[in-house]
Amino acid sequence: MTSRGEPHPEHDADHPTLPSDPALRVKALESLLVAKGLVDRAALDALVDTYEHKIGPRNGARVVARAWTDPAYKQRLLATADAAIGELGYGGSQGEHMVVVENTAKVHNLVVCTLCSCYPWSVLGLPPVWYKSAPYRARSVIDPRGVLREFGLELAEDVEVRVWDSTAELRYLVLPERPTGTEGMTEAALAQLVTRDAMVGVAKVQPHGALK
Amino acid sequence: MNGVHDLGGMHGMGPIRAEKNEPVFHEAWEGRAFAVVRAMGAWRKWNLDASRFEREQIPPLDFFRLSYYERWIVGLIGLMMKTGLVTRAELERGTPDPGSVKQSPALNAEAVPSLVSKGASARRNVEVQARFRPGQRVRGRTIHPVGHTRLPRYVRGRLGTVDKDHGVFVFPDTNALFLGEQPQHVYSVRFDARELWGEQAAAKDSVYVDLWDDYLEPA
Repeated sequence: MTSRGEPHPEHDADHPTLPSDPALRVKALESLLVAKGLVDRAALDALVDTYEHKIGPRNGARVVARAWTDPAYKQRLLATADAAIGELGYGGSQGEHMVVVENTAKVHNLVVCTLCSCYPWSVLGLPPVWYKSAPYRARSVIDPRGVLREFGLELAEDVEVRVWDSTAELRYLVLPERPTGTEGMTEAALAQLVTRDAMVGVAKVQPHGALK
Repeated sequence: MNGVHDLGGMHGMGPIRAEKNEPVFHEAWEGRAFAVVRAMGAWRKWNLDASRFEREQIPPLDFFRLSYYERWIVGLIGLMMKTGLVTRAELERGTPDPGSVKQSPALNAEAVPSLVSKGASARRNVEVQARFRPGQRVRGRTIHPVGHTRLPRYVRGRLGTVDKDHGVFVFPDTNALFLGEQPQHVYSVRFDARELWGEQAAAKDSVYVDLWDDYLEPA
């Protein structure tokens, strides 16, 4: 067994944790590339900041809430997603060509990438670990109902499940069903209810907000 | 290639572990790894398909042992060495080769917002004949390319219906090997779940897969 495999206390003040192997290696690589003039540290900072703070599921939630409250917008979103999403100022990297699929009482959509980790960054940000993991990628296409059950969503037998495998350069966003009991809510309040998981298709939107 | 990255339909991968309130990056190095890969892409020495192919060639045991961003770094190092952006000696030593000329970065901080907001489209505005049309019955071809392909194993030989023509896109199989873009139509093809998985699947369920013209044959 190597030293990496041995347990070590994570919060021991007397023994500050050493950076893990990849942390050291990435730091060395970054230093080399900076020394060679191949990368600019400020550009790296800007990229990290963009995906940590500026682009994330709040973008997609705004799109969904607009579609729930504006029938004409919803039509445009389902027909020409790129332009409709662009109306709210979103688009670009890993969202160049979007397709929006609508959940109804009779149809449930689920998005996966079985070959790598394709995901609509422009509206959902970077994907969570589970989306990129082998179990999700392996099982979503062969056992979508089992996968949904694991996320706590039991679908009735008469609901049709459509799985979208993002094998090309199209990126998919699920338009979840608007929960009942939200009729009087504003677009901004509705956007607060919409979760990332619902826009990937592993959850429904709850009328009183996300449980997780 | 018939690699372990082509995961659709595999068993034994264990439960899905969803984390509550997951951070974008779990450790700072993951963010740096992500950013370095994006910034090095700006040199345009390779393309997205080549990066995917590079990661697919990580040997299976390493592929599953390494975390996601570790695979990104392994892929990046492979591409940088193949294209001559860095040498093995530089990677081992951690400093530039003596006498190497310092470059000016391809991506600076000011260019990041437009890199992100513009993206890089793989669609091409060229006239290419579509071999199939929506509503047509098609079959995923039974082929086993040893290079990069975006034709998952689970649809090869399977019968589906063209649902939509997405237009003309760069063909990954040739683009990944720097053999040209060969732009061609990409279709959303609907496969009945039972055509793919048999009676264990629910009767009304389906899987939609985006497939290039060359991956399909008339049925």
